[in-house]
Amino acid sequence: MGRYLIRRLIQAIPVLLGATFLIYFLTFALGGDPVQALAGEKKADPLVAAMLREKYHLDDPFLVQYWNYLTGVLQGNLGETLNGRQVLDLITEAFPYTVNLAIVAFAIEALVGVTAGIMAALRRGKFLDQLVLLSTLLVISIPVFVTGFVLQLLLGVELKELGFDFFPVSFNESDGFKAYLLPGFILASTSLAYVTRLTRTSLMETMRADYVRTAVAKGLPRRRVVVNHALRNALIPIVTFLGADLGSLMGGAVITENIFNINGIGGLIAQAIRLDQGTVLVGVVTLLVLVYLLANLIVDLLYAVLDPRIRYA
Amino acid sequence: MTDTQTAGAPSTGTAASGPAGGKKDEKQERIASLWSDAWRDLRSNPIFLIGAFLVFCMLVLSAVPGWFTSGTPFAANACTLQNSLKPPTGENWFGFDVQGCDIYTRTIWAARNSVIVGVVTTTLVLTVGGALGLLAGWLGGIMDSILSRITEIFFAIPLLLGGMLIMSGREGNAWTVSAVLATLGWPQIFRIMRSSVLQHKNNDYVVAARALGASTVRITLRHILPNAIAPVIVVGAISLGVYIGAEAALSYLGIGVQPPEISWGLMISDAKDRFLQAPHVLLFPAAALSITVLAFIMVGDAVRDALDPKLR
Repeated sequence: MGRYLIRRLIQAIPVLLGATFLIYFLTFALGGDPVQALAGEKKADPLVAAMLREKYHLDDPFLVQYWNYLTGVLQGNLGETLNGRQVLDLITEAFPYTVNLAIVAFAIEALVGVTAGIMAALRRGKFLDQLVLLSTLLVISIPVFVTGFVLQLLLGVELKELGFDFFPVSFNESDGFKAYLLPGFILASTSLAYVTRLTRTSLMETMRADYVRTAVAKGLPRRRVVVNHALRNALIPIVTFLGADLGSLMGGAVITENIFNINGIGGLIAQAIRLDQGTVLVGVVTLLVLVYLLANLIVDLLYAVLDPRIRYA
Repeated sequence: MTDTQTAGAPSTGTAASGPAGGKKDEKQERIASLWSDAWRDLRSNPIFLIGAFLVFCMLVLSAVPGWFTSGTPFAANACTLQNSLKPPTGENWFGFDVQGCDIYTRTIWAARNSVIVGVVTTTLVLTVGGALGLLAGWLGGIMDSILSRITEIFFAIPLLLGGMLIMSGREGNAWTVSAVLATLGWPQIFRIMRSSVLQHKNNDYVVAARALGASTVRITLRHILPNAIAPVIVVGAISLGVYIGAEAALSYLGIGVQPPEISWGLMISDAKDRFLQAPHVLLFPAAALSITVLAFIMVGDAVRDALDPKLR
């Protein structure tokens, strides 16, 4: 187990290096001129521009710039924006909101998705199953920003007028957990539909396995057969999906945060794009790549817990 | 076992007993490939038929929007401010947006950019990802390792964020958006193609072809590719819808298609600030977008079910 963990961590290094290089390349080697962006519509003052270029090494060759950035990152320095703020500070300010939002979304996705999937799989072809199939198809097709606005209107405004004030229209930190409920649900919606469908197919397939038939033949109660025998094995593809999804939830939060005015990573990115602050973009995406790699590692370790046939030496 | 099958079986039976049916049936049995079986399934699957019909409509709509609306959104006198935010009427089915432009005309014309992004991105992704996946799966060894490591790198970057990153500071139109989405999307097809080729490569028919003296290129293109491509096509159809959604998301965030071009995402973004006041401005383009994405996902879903022998 320990050796496997070390091997996996070593394997993650080239992926992380490659991803940061790719992101850095796409942002800076192909991007616009950040100094001009800082000046906005006016032409940048040549003296100031030259000073900034000198200070931030903007005239160095691309590979040298990347090397400087990388050595900085390894020392915990994500660089600073052209107006002098530390990228790490910006990220640590915004990150908690997005993490909270992603956790709420993840919990909704896992709980509701798996439950709905189990119910559909056990009533295959019946009304409930058809309902689940149809509603998931709809949720997958309707873009998040549309679901967001419609639910914001229905639950945030109309329901409040009826006297139920559960879902604030706009994010307010003092609302605590309640503030994350509706945004979290909207962020989770698409993945929720995928998890439901995946659980349904996976459980339906496992229910046909020989060991499940044996368990039924032994006279075990149905609940025990489904939960302890079939579901445990059927969970493997679902856990894989959930793990890969954690990263995309944080990335996809851009739109949800935009709808509900949450000042998380999404707001930071939108601002960085407007001001052409490449360092912030690179920092955020690098962080999300790290989250993705870590989540994948945890998923691989979970396989061994779920399926005793899988062992890591 | 399922409803569609019990309902589907007799209907194909009656279709086959028509005057031309006998000959057709014979031909089908002779081929009896995965695809002909699937096609027989699909013809009687309502989900596929509805999806395919909608896809067809969208293609026609984007090719010749002039057939469906007399106006164009690009004319100088297309919008009258007096009509700002007017609700739908018998004459203007979808009402007017904040600039007083007819929403129906704009929604129809916006289909073009979405379809371009969907089709171009999917074509690029299928060619690049498919070709590299075929190569990696067939050659194996170092080539496979290198390509697989590269896809791992791409996989770690979230689609929407990566798209925002590349699009920022670049001119946004349907073509650049397609290029960006394809850059981030090809590894998915690569993985599916690679594993599909690996599954087929050691089959008896490949050994037989080799024993008959067929060249590697011939075996790959004539024997492996037709068998391995099924899952790739399915994912391609589904992701076409997903890419259309991604274009709308980028345009919504203001870094996709740029005005004066129109796109459903852009229309939704323009309408969002006055959503509570005039919801119709947002809902019509949103409905068009959702139906288009739905159509492609329905087709992909139906094809996947038809191609999956386990569900038979």
